[in-house]
Amino acid sequence: MTTTLPPVPHPPDPPDPDPGEEPAAAVPKEPPPGWSVPGAGALRETGKLFALALSVARLSFKRPFQLREFVEQFWFIASVTILPAALVSIPFGAVIALQVGSLTQQFGAQSFTGGASVLAVIQQASPLIVALLISGAGGSAICADLGSRKIREELDAMEVMGVSPVQRLVVPRVLATMGVAVLLNGLVSVVGTLGGYFFNVILQGGTPGAYLASFSALAQLPDLYISEIKALIFGFIAGIVAAYRGLNPRGGPKGVGDAVNQSVVITFLLLFFVNTILTSIYLQVVPPKGG
Amino acid sequence: MGIEVVVDGLTKSFGRQNIWRDVTLTLPAGEVSVMLGPSGTGKTVFLKSLIGLLKPEEGHVLVDGVDMVNDRERDVFEARKKFGLMFQDGALFGSMSLFDNVAFPLREHTRKKESEIRRVVMERMDLVGLGGAEGKLPGEISGGMRKRAGLARALVLDPEIVLCDEPDSGLDPVRTAFISQLLIDVNAQIDATMLIVTHNIDIASTVPDNIGMLFRRNLVTFGPREVLLTSQEPVVSQFLSGSRLGPIGMSEEKDAATLAAEGFDAAASAAGPREIVPQLEPSPGMPPRQAVDRHRERVLGMLTQLPTAARQAILAGIGGSVAHAKTLTMPAPPEERP
Repeated sequence: MTTTLPPVPHPPDPPDPDPGEEPAAAVPKEPPPGWSVPGAGALRETGKLFALALSVARLSFKRPFQLREFVEQFWFIASVTILPAALVSIPFGAVIALQVGSLTQQFGAQSFTGGASVLAVIQQASPLIVALLISGAGGSAICADLGSRKIREELDAMEVMGVSPVQRLVVPRVLATMGVAVLLNGLVSVVGTLGGYFFNVILQGGTPGAYLASFSALAQLPDLYISEIKALIFGFIAGIVAAYRGLNPRGGPKGVGDAVNQSVVITFLLLFFVNTILTSIYLQVVPPKGG
Repeated sequence: MGIEVVVDGLTKSFGRQNIWRDVTLTLPAGEVSVMLGPSGTGKTVFLKSLIGLLKPEEGHVLVDGVDMVNDRERDVFEARKKFGLMFQDGALFGSMSLFDNVAFPLREHTRKKESEIRRVVMERMDLVGLGGAEGKLPGEISGGMRKRAGLARALVLDPEIVLCDEPDSGLDPVRTAFISQLLIDVNAQIDATMLIVTHNIDIASTVPDNIGMLFRRNLVTFGPREVLLTSQEPVVSQFLSGSRLGPIGMSEEKDAATLAAEGFDAAASAAGPREIVPQLEPSPGMPPRQAVDRHRERVLGMLTQLPTAARQAILAGIGGSVAHAKTLTMPAPPEERP
């Protein structure tokens, strides 16, 4: 008996066991293999995204909580987002102040510049800046990290050892993005407002008193609440989408790159959509202060 | 002692592609089994199905009363703690040192104190010959060391079932021989049920008590090692001899026309009985493998159902090992000789 195999290259292995391609465990026979209707794939992905969101919400309360992982991720996401967020929010607040200032000047309502620009910064600009930065800097790192762990079979190994990767890795990351988003939103609001004040008062010759007076005439506390609620929800979305794409990369290292790219794009799309809904609900529910 | 794994009618497909169907076998408690098969026949998929990482469409995998395929996720997670799986490339956590990797299951599932964890981990690291390397990161060590570290991690919770995915891939023949010996020693020490998935003939012929083979989406055979090693089936003899002639082709299988064109004759190619290499013994100083006696008893019980060649090989093997190791107490009952 010879014990040497001829040195032939291996034929391709069966396709990677990609959970994304498996039929759901609960319905093993329906739909039959290869069954597809246009749009069914998108619906299936959406469903799985929501399923992940639900299980993250459920497992957030399950012991033991991964405190160490949470703190590490919180610190990491904060450290990559604080400086860019502050740097972006100054010009953003300035642009809004300049734009609103020039508009209000044209019909003689210059004294309301302060209130208007502050509202725009706190309610719209700040949560969006935060979410874009969290998703672009933190989410992409989360997605790449989870994706490379997945293709190195680390996540399978974890599951084999009876540890749920969702509870062990995803929950702390999503909670960290939410926490950082809320705190960062405060920072961006303050820096953006200061930037707007500076540009309005110094460059456009506005009066400091009128700026502050219109601020307190138009702005109210619920504006700050909705801003923080938005930041919380956006942080959750950014974390969930990044984790979902990271857990399901398709086909090797290239797939991880694609997943990172997609996670950022999908997050952006969802953010603006959800922002529209939240804003319209808020404007319907909370009466404006000036009215 | 290890526990039995009963696989019943397992069928798995990815999309339209069927991987294997209707696989039925029983991994006997505490014995070492090998699943052979050409590349791409779904051996790794089979392994992952056993542990519930992949869900076959049909069939059951029963481990201590839990069906790893159909039962609730919570029960499956609980049952997985009885398993240790050694991945093809170790699947170590890249951000943790070897020590933390091996300690991971202990920290997740037990309330042991750090000193206790340290003791268990170092014991396992020494067992696989990695003492002194515990501070290294997985990226800093060789493939063979990663494999052994993966084995140490699989063993740290004293599993009752150990699954090894291609323990030989990427290793030189000497290291493969060491890994083979290591697997036998591990079995002698913890008496766990073991399944090794491989296409390495050396491992298949020296390590296991039982061998199975996957080919053409089917389980060709599963039984005592002598059955497969003496089998005259074309697929098996081609695989064991590493020949190009036979039903296995470059893209897994040849069609009938190619076979005919090669002038392949099953009878001719299968001529001549193969010599059976004796099974590995545990290293000196290790306890004897308890599975050996159980296996012998089981095999003698089913002797009459086995093919003649296998029967002769088994009886010869028992005679040989009795003469070889005088510690054995139970010689084959003479009335069972044909």
